[in-house]
Amino acid sequence: MSIFSPVGNWFKAPTGTERLWVGLALTWCLIMSVTMPYWHFKGKQNSTGESYKVEASAFLDRANQFIESNKVGEEKGVPIVEPSPGGDAYLVGEMWRWYPILKLKKGQTYRLHISSPDLQHGFSLLPMNMNFHILPGYDHVLTITPTSTGDFEIICNEFCGIGHHMMTGKIIVE
Amino acid sequence: MNATQAIAKFRTCKTTGLRVFRNAEFFTKVNAVLAVVFLLVGAIAAIGLALTRWTAVHLLGSVYYYRMLTLHGVNMLVFWIIFMEMGILYFACTTLLNSRLFSKMLGWISLALMGIGALMTNYIILAGQADVLLTSYVPLKAHPMFYLGIILFAVGALIVCFNFFATLYIAKRDETYEGSMPLVTFGAMAAAIIAVLALAHGAAALIPTFMWSMGWIGPVDPGLYRLLWWGLGHMSQQINVCAMVSVWYFMGTMTTGAKPLNETVCRGAFLLYILFINLASAHHLLVDPGVGPGWKIWNTSYAMYLAVLASMIHGYTVPASLEVAQRRKGFTKGIFGWFSKLPWKDPGFSAVMLSIIIFGFMGGITGVTLGTEQINIIAHNTLRIPGHFHATVVGGTSLAFMGLAYYLVPLIFQKEFYLKGLARIQPYVFGGGIVVMSLGMSFAGSYGVPRRHWDVDFSGSILSAGFDPIAHVMLGLVGIGGIIAFLGLLLFIGLTVATVFFGRSNEGRPMESWQDEHSTRMKDELIEKGYEEEGKDYEHIKTPGTLTVVIIFLLTFAVYYFANWKALADLWFVR
Ligand code: HEM
Ligand SMILES: [Cu+2]
Ligand SMILES: [Cu+2]
Repeated sequence: MSIFSPVGNWFKAPTGTERLWVGLALTWCLIMSVTMPYWHFKGKQNSTGESYKVEASAFLDRANQFIESNKVGEEKGVPIVEPSPGGDAYLVGEMWRWYPILKLKKGQTYRLHISSPDLQHGFSLLPMNMNFHILPGYDHVLTITPTSTGDFEIICNEFCGIGHHMMTGKIIVE
Repeated sequence: MNATQAIAKFRTCKTTGLRVFRNAEFFTKVNAVLAVVFLLVGAIAAIGLALTRWTAVHLLGSVYYYRMLTLHGVNMLVFWIIFMEMGILYFACTTLLNSRLFSKMLGWISLALMGIGALMTNYIILAGQADVLLTSYVPLKAHPMFYLGIILFAVGALIVCFNFFATLYIAKRDETYEGSMPLVTFGAMAAAIIAVLALAHGAAALIPTFMWSMGWIGPVDPGLYRLLWWGLGHMSQQINVCAMVSVWYFMGTMTTGAKPLNETVCRGAFLLYILFINLASAHHLLVDPGVGPGWKIWNTSYAMYLAVLASMIHGYTVPASLEVAQRRKGFTKGIFGWFSKLPWKDPGFSAVMLSIIIFGFMGGITGVTLGTEQINIIAHNTLRIPGHFHATVVGGTSLAFMGLAYYLVPLIFQKEFYLKGLARIQPYVFGGGIVVMSLGMSFAGSYGVPRRHWDVDFSGSILSAGFDPIAHVMLGLVGIGGIIAFLGLLLFIGLTVATVFFGRSNEGRPMESWQDEHSTRMKDELIEKGYEEEGKDYEHIKTPGTLTVVIIFLLTFAVYYFANWKALADLWFVR
């Protein structure tokens, strides 16, 4: 009875079905444990958390410089910027917009730097559903290779104040 | 022994024969009542949220949506759950150990701190000065009273844990019980140990944040804050799991006369929770900057999967103990004959059984999968996350606590329920609603629909965005499931409050059984036999029914797990 003290020596190994289940459950846990490192080496989608401490103003300077030198157009007042393949790209998440709009090439790899000068934000790329957390003071670097073309939306999925639900951005892949 | 008995007044429970110590009984009652009060506050906020996320209804305005989200998170996850757990601690260390409470004074102090803290926090949220959500991620800033309220509440809870440990000590010293403590108390002890660790992390996260909000110190690092806050936030979930599993065992005995098959296995599993949960805060930081892949993988797999193992063990041992109890009563037909003869009309039982099923099949499977380092990329901060935890902490823990209440009220408050017919269907209504809501959330989330978001049509934004119509259908399920669950919750609150204050007294008599005469007699016989039968034990009794169910569980788990890897593999490449 779970509400009474056990009588006598209760210390004994599991037997029968119980033992079988403990073994099966442990095996499954081990399989899951090795799947993660396996994917880290063999898989194409990993969150390495590569990041560098950065002052908000320094990050904004770098981002603005990137926008100035790579700007190729504008949509609704938001600059469209085309980074060079293999190079660095910058994305600023602030209350309440993601900017600039990035124009990328399918199959090319970019080092995408994302940070915020104000609050925490959630980088969420749709309709892909890829999500990364963005912290102020951290330059979060995603080494990213688009594998499909089209227009992609970026939304914010971490609460960042009263305009949170209006925070959007865009990535165009050709 | 006699001296202690003279000071510590107790009554002997007419149903179980256990001693109920008056001073501890008082604190169990007050904590349970407060828990239900805050549950009501959280429930009122909940219906607003569910009807706002249902895009066709979109009830609340944006300001009120975020305010109610804060109110709901804090009252449900902190106040309802923890007050209830404090009640359980008081009960488990006194009645089950046949001991008085260590200190009534400490009981009062902790109660005052927790009550004041909860009121302060609620006040400041409703005053509109703490729209920062439960997690209050810095540098989002709330009024200092928000943090202070939670800190006071936490200190109060810490004192209850101390009172609990001190009671364990005096019970052992005064030899109020022989041998080892009962399993339920052991589980409660595991919960209390984890609570101390959790609250230490909470202090490290919230005290500096409070000081920053007062302007006494500079900013708090947001990455570090998340690490520490989830030390509190995640470990608290392990407290909930321990408390819930203890309730499973307790109610298994009370409603069917079940006995743990193997105490070593059950206790060992609780031990795994204590040892291997500490770093599981990692699974909230899987797509964060600042923490590397080695750290993430190590802390999710090494630390978490042994805790997962523990849950998988309890998920077998509890139903297996029910199966054995049923078979001993003579329900031996086929693989599942015992299952259909379980006391499904006893709300104490049905709530716990639904809790086991919802927690295991929905909460557990989704939780481990979403907490996998890479898979988190397609889950972080989407509605899949609330979809997961409404299956663990609501369909699992809260529902188990409701089942407990159907016995707590007659046994501790000594009041009989009116409208028993309604009580019998309540667990099904609430559980059913939560299942629908949680599925709706999970499916909507797999389209990328964010959590904590007022407007998934993004009206007013410069660059447009939006979702597939199917995602909106899923959000409709969130609304509909939410309404059903809300009704189930109101039913629970209405029935228990009415009974506690106006119920028929059953003092001096055993509680009226929720089950028919025959099954009541059979379970009472098993309880009476108790441990006397130890030795000619259960070794030869097989549990084919439970084995079948857990194998189905494992297959479901594997399918879901690998389907998520498959979905991940279709994404852009990212390192
Ligand atoms: C009638 C029952 C309930 C309903 C209808 C309900 C519904 C909801 C909804 C719609 C959300 C908002 C999701 C979002 O927009 O991000 C939510 C969030 C949440 N709920 Fe519930 N809920 C219920 C009960 C509970 C209970 C009993 C608990 C805890 C024990 C709980 C814990 C939470 C938490 C922690 C959040 C997240 C708050 C945040 O994101 O800060 N809920 N719930
Ligand atoms: Cu946001
Ligand atoms: Cu967690």
